Amino acid sequence: MNMREKIEVAAARYPNQRSAIMPALLIAQKEHGHLPGPVLEEVADILGVERIWVYELATFYTLFRTEPVGMFHLQLCDNVSCMLRGSEDLLRHLEAVLGIKKDGTTLDGLFTLSTVECLGACEMAPVMQVGDDYCGGLDIARIDALLERLRAMAGQAIGADPATTAPPGE
Amino acid sequence: MMEPVLLRNVGVPDGHQLATYEAGGGYQALAKALREHTPDEIIDLVKESNLRGRGGAGFPTGMKWSFVPKRVGKPKYLCCNADEGEPGTFKDRIIMERDPHQLIEGMAIGGYAIGAETAYVYIRGEYALAIRRLEQALAEAHAKGYLGKRILGSDFNFAVHIHCGAGAYICGEETAMLDSLEGKRAQPRLKPPFPAVEGLYASPTVINNVETLACVPHIVARGPNWFRSIGPDKSPGPKLYCLSGQVRKPGLYELPMGIPLRELVEERAGGPLPGRKIKAVIPGGVSAPVIPEHGLDVGMDFDSLAAAGSMLGSAGVIVIDDSTCMVKVATRIIEFFHHESCGKCTPCREGLNWVVKVLRRVEAGQGAPGDLEQLQALCKGIFGNTFCALGDGAAMGLRAALTHFEHEFVAHIEAGRCPFH
Ligand SMILES: Cc1cc2nc3c(=O)[nH]c(=O)nc-3n(C[C@H](O)[C@H](O)[C@H](O)COP(=O)(O)O)c2cc1C
Ligand code: SF4
Ligand code: FES
Repeated sequence: MNMREKIEVAAARYPNQRSAIMPALLIAQKEHGHLPGPVLEEVADILGVERIWVYELATFYTLFRTEPVGMFHLQLCDNVSCMLRGSEDLLRHLEAVLGIKKDGTTLDGLFTLSTVECLGACEMAPVMQVGDDYCGGLDIARIDALLERLRAMAGQAIGADPATTAPPGE
Repeated sequence: MMEPVLLRNVGVPDGHQLATYEAGGGYQALAKALREHTPDEIIDLVKESNLRGRGGAGFPTGMKWSFVPKRVGKPKYLCCNADEGEPGTFKDRIIMERDPHQLIEGMAIGGYAIGAETAYVYIRGEYALAIRRLEQALAEAHAKGYLGKRILGSDFNFAVHIHCGAGAYICGEETAMLDSLEGKRAQPRLKPPFPAVEGLYASPTVINNVETLACVPHIVARGPNWFRSIGPDKSPGPKLYCLSGQVRKPGLYELPMGIPLRELVEERAGGPLPGRKIKAVIPGGVSAPVIPEHGLDVGMDFDSLAAAGSMLGSAGVIVIDDSTCMVKVATRIIEFFHHESCGKCTPCREGLNWVVKVLRRVEAGQGAPGDLEQLQALCKGIFGNTFCALGDGAAMGLRAALTHFEHEFVAHIEAGRCPFH
């Protein structure tokens, strides 16, 4: 199914098209990696709703990204339960080994680093979301192993040298 | 030890699959409800059980269902609140990942009771595994005739759809959730009208938490007296407690309502980390006022915790030990509420912004005499003056921290630095 068809299937679950904007944006973001203006307009056109309604939602909800992110989006939870189990040290470590600050993306486009509010997995604190997956019980050694694994995955997915690969999310 | 009810399939291999659920008697309660009871009788059963909502406020579920008008000439809706954004809380995720059919059966019985044919599960978008498991479970239930048209040969039709949230805590507030489902920015609505009368698409709507709905099949199968026999009479039943923070065995515990907080933390969850002492516990997610160590002899139920100046909330129990700075914890909590404020009302939007600035200053050792009075005054300005309970939760939490740990705030201001660093 192409994006339009997926959105139409999702929209059929609601008695009005406006309700389908959020699901449509999630579909569009999966497809494009992020949600630049033209994609928002396409979503509005597919659903036949006001463009401003789509803009409104894309800017209100934190899971919607209007800017591109790296191939792997590292979303470290720094809410209370994770903070009590050392998430601050992990953030400092990630910033040091990736050579970026929070909210930055590495030059090779592989990693974007963010902090997020509680992921609802506090029993595994400290927790980080990477793509769809949760990685819990983190410490510095586990973070290093994880980065290693992600780098290897990137190498396999798109060739040997991540620096020469396509920009993230494309 | 109580026999597991809500968690009985958690930890069982393939606990999330229909065959496992059916082997444990799954969907018998739905069959029984449709065969032996009218919708009103189901509402009465739930009323008799004294089930109180597990989403935070503890409102009696049977009563909520009975507010739905019988004849309206409009469709009615059931919404499951699976947004689970309260920091310290992860119980609903585990139900949906490990035993999604329990929720689906509860929703089908709830839909039958209130006369709804359509339901939405509003689930937070981060919960990828729970979403996948729920989707699979819905397909399984549909294929077996537990959902869809003329369920189990009755006249009852019921469809459940998944609606994914996109990362806004306020969507957990029930009327903000309805706006979000209607495709708007999630902001709370003025009540009345209450959702039971005018909710989703201006139709009668019931909004229930995942754990609340998961209790329903057990009440129908085993009867309200069984449910009432567990825990205190005024808030009975099995309860999921989420344990996290500085404790030896974080995790999800199912125990009766009303279990003493001290027993929960020190015995069940293994007590403090090696060499540490417990300093404080937040009993119900970060909206719940913190309880200092000497207050831990309190029952974990709606009424006992309210009497003790806190609340059961989402039962997200966060344990804090003596290595931790309470000013820092309080600052982090208020930063959360400030970040998540929907911006609709001034006391919350502006008040929390101001509180965060003062707290950050105090924490960094740049506090001034008078800052604590200012924080108290800001709490007073916020509490009771906000549109929804988010602002109240923030003010109550800060007030409790200022009351019980005043000496730590004072130490920051007097020493000009954090005594813990
Ligand atoms: C700011 C805010 C956030 C909330 N978040 C949640 C939530 O994540 N999950 C939930 O079930 N209830 C949440 N609630 C409570 C709901 O508004 C509502 O009371 C509850 O879902 C009703 O279900 P119940 O009767 O089964 O408890 C929240 C309330 C507020 C004010
Ligand atoms: S209290 Fe905060 S979250 Fe609630 S309506 Fe007001 S601004 Fe929005
Ligand atoms: S506080 Fe980090 S997952 Fe809940």
